Amino acid sequence: MTIKSKTRAVPLVVAALAGSVALAACGAANENTSSGSSGSAAGTSAAEQLSGSLSGAGSSAQQAAMQGWQAGFSSQQPGVTINYDPVGSGGGRTQFLSGGLDFAGSDAALSDAEVQQAQTACGSGGYFELPNYISAIAVVYNLQGVDNLQLSPATLAKIFAGTVKTWNDPAIAADNPGKNLPNTAIAPTHRADKSGTTANFTDYLNKTAGDVWTNASSDTWPLQGGEAANQTSGMVAAVKAGAGSIGYADESQAQGLQIAKIKVGSSWVGPSSKGAAALAASSPTVPGRGATDLAIQLNRTTTSSSEYPLVLVSYHIGCLQPKDATKGQILAAFENYVISKDGQEAAAKAAGSAPISDAQRSKSQQIVDQIKG
Amino acid sequence: MGSTPDGRSKVTATATEDRKQTPPVRRAGDRVFSGTARGAGILMLIALAGVAAFLVIKAIPAFSASPAELPNHGSLAGYIWPLLFGTLLAAVIALLVGAPLAVAIALFITFYAPRRVAQVLGYLVDLLAAIPSVVFGFWGIGWLAPRLVPFYAWLEKHLGFIPLFTGPASVTGRTMLTVGLVLAVMILPIITAISREVFRQVPSLHREAALALGATRWEMIRLAVLPYGRSGIIGGAMLGLGRALGETLAVAIVLSVSGAVTFDLISSENPSTIAANIALNFPESSGIQINALIASGLALFVITLAVNMLARWIVARRAEFTEAS
Repeated sequence: MTIKSKTRAVPLVVAALAGSVALAACGAANENTSSGSSGSAAGTSAAEQLSGSLSGAGSSAQQAAMQGWQAGFSSQQPGVTINYDPVGSGGGRTQFLSGGLDFAGSDAALSDAEVQQAQTACGSGGYFELPNYISAIAVVYNLQGVDNLQLSPATLAKIFAGTVKTWNDPAIAADNPGKNLPNTAIAPTHRADKSGTTANFTDYLNKTAGDVWTNASSDTWPLQGGEAANQTSGMVAAVKAGAGSIGYADESQAQGLQIAKIKVGSSWVGPSSKGAAALAASSPTVPGRGATDLAIQLNRTTTSSSEYPLVLVSYHIGCLQPKDATKGQILAAFENYVISKDGQEAAAKAAGSAPISDAQRSKSQQIVDQIKG
Repeated sequence: MGSTPDGRSKVTATATEDRKQTPPVRRAGDRVFSGTARGAGILMLIALAGVAAFLVIKAIPAFSASPAELPNHGSLAGYIWPLLFGTLLAAVIALLVGAPLAVAIALFITFYAPRRVAQVLGYLVDLLAAIPSVVFGFWGIGWLAPRLVPFYAWLEKHLGFIPLFTGPASVTGRTMLTVGLVLAVMILPIITAISREVFRQVPSLHREAALALGATRWEMIRLAVLPYGRSGIIGGAMLGLGRALGETLAVAIVLSVSGAVTFDLISSENPSTIAANIALNFPESSGIQINALIASGLALFVITLAVNMLARWIVARRAEFTEAS
């Protein structure tokens, strides 16, 4: 096409510019960096002002909380930059174990093989693993006219396994006496991508309804069938759009959706920060690990009604004595902030997570005090 | 009067002047231009060879990897085949829906519409090509999919005996058929633009002859335009097919993936496409899994190459026929 006159070229040029601007806007950097901005921080600690940077990577569930921590920490230590790349828990652990990171964020605790690798990677000082992020997972559903749905673990497992196909199935009716359940088909929705939320949900189903849900915990959905959504935002959108669908999503992003209560012991409990933190606090640590590894073996089969067992716990993993002395100081200061009341509240505000309990804090503080350069 | 191999005709003039054959006049500018053109062609080939070499080199570790390391915990062929199936299925739906529509639009713009309407319509269709594919993805999942849900329920109820519509119908509308429709809208401007150019090239002599013999406008198109433009339309359709095969973001956003190889177009269980699978899994992959993803990219490269060669062969075959007639 030849352009016969200048005026014919103008709409093409404008369209090209608009197109390129739109395309440039699509490119988003994944790395979160917070440069040292001196905010108006009340109560700056008397600690010395450090300068440098810290690089971490891993769990994308921690991403929102990490932004809150970066902002809060930079008001205490304006000269420090914390970089966090949410590549996923697996990638974070792998990079940390090969020595490429100062700390990793991981939704799953280190496996036994990885513990050995961590001890090699960190040398004589050893490693630490702290549960710094606790978040409840809500069972969300979309069924008009039916609020406060109650689901026992066996029923939940049958729904997601596909054996219970309609909402007025006797299994669901048994959990919800007196409710008028319609004949709509159930559309179970799961996450298409690798996700710590999926890992914790499948772990819960496996531990509480092991005869129905025989698959072990895994971060990719183990079964064929059902609607697949990308990321938490996709899950929320899919459940919102599909009538009769049911899924699982982080509680902080589940506003606007109907949330089901699950059976704990003999009572029906809904997701809450308190319940999530209570479960994390009362669960034992994984046996056979060192004193600086606070990996939690979540007690999914708890019967206490003040605890909510569908919980995601995310860890910070790092070396107790990093090779670089300054990095050690920065890491100690950062972890100090993360486990402090202010830090946990910043995360709760940014990500809707549950602040860790005081008992947990004192346990973690003992380990953080051991971090040095 | 014959002609020499380099195209000059030998004119019998004075014998002395023609005793030595002067080579054609080539000035410096000619040499620069031909060199630049040749260099550009060679650069193109080098880039293509570079891409192919990168794909092959990075995919080789995946061919010899053990099943435990691959993402599907099976063989590499078992990993790539469902993706290939999904890619071809989505592209075929897009072509079947989009190509006839595009040709019809091109015919309307060229022969039926008044001049001003034709110009505006042509400009609008070309504007469709400027929309980024991520926007198409959001349009597909936000507007199109929910509105197709009742249609899918109807299809399952009345045409459920056809394997394509077995169901159960998806409640969110994020199905292979929706993806095919979104892709059809995306390849529409490509095929329309090429078809319009082809229809404009139809010799007016042919068209006027048909009309003079008493043909209606549609008969004129059928007799004079479509046979002449067939190879061009096929070329445009193959270009659109190429885009549909490689479309990444729109499919990644819209499709609900379960990995099963099925012809069911209206359910939630769909095979992913190669490009969408790479886009969704690359950020969280490491090691051999990345090699497996690149191996699937190599498979897409080979398939696209094969499709383009097939298109060229079809066009060349038809060209022989049209030239002979």
